[in-house]
Amino acid sequence: MADKKLAIIATKGTLDWAYPPFILASTASALGYQTCIFFTFYGLQLIKKKLDLKVSPLGNPGMPMPMGMNKWFPVLGTTIPGMESMMTTMMKQKIKAKGVATIEELRDLCIEAEVRLVGCQMTIDLFDMKREDLIDNIELGGAATFFEFAGDADVTLFI
Amino acid sequence: MPEHDQELDARGLNCPLPILRAKKALNDLTSGQVLRILATDPGSVKDFEAFAQQTGNELLESTEKDGEFHFLLRKAG
Repeated sequence: MADKKLAIIATKGTLDWAYPPFILASTASALGYQTCIFFTFYGLQLIKKKLDLKVSPLGNPGMPMPMGMNKWFPVLGTTIPGMESMMTTMMKQKIKAKGVATIEELRDLCIEAEVRLVGCQMTIDLFDMKREDLIDNIELGGAATFFEFAGDADVTLFI
Repeated sequence: MPEHDQELDARGLNCPLPILRAKKALNDLTSGQVLRILATDPGSVKDFEAFAQQTGNELLESTEKDGEFHFLLRKAG
């Protein structure tokens, strides 16, 4: 099979939204796709050396809460300090209990499978991020770099 | 049970890990050799069919017993 190509733009920097790009990219690689993920804006959080991803119940009515908390828990309650950390801890426990891979694990699998990881230079500068805060296995580039790869991709996703 | 050359225990792992581990294990086999995979993820049944179809590795067998899924994959030539 001639290599198919998958191009992904990752724009979200939360624990939940970190999964789709890494799951799809690692799986596509296993299926023989050439794969590239372009990380921009909050997506840059996913290529930091030290990941500190959180999930927030705030403004997220679709988030399942334990013990039917979302039924009677006032929306304002989700703004209480510590809620984010609590929900993140609970989510991580669930992830572990269900045998779901960690983001670190999936990211390593992507690197091992030679998924191309590109950090958006413009947003790195915009947020005053340092190159040394990001993992080594990335290249930096801009929109034109993305199109160089995505221009003839078979599947392109904006996440 | 048909013979296999290597076994992969993917029990307790969830999507996409069984597929990724299987792909890795297949890399160590030569073409024609058979990999046996044990899994508990119900989604893996469909996923291994799709994996085989897209990679050319042949899914020789897909069975379920006591909530466990067993697959036999023959590495493509």
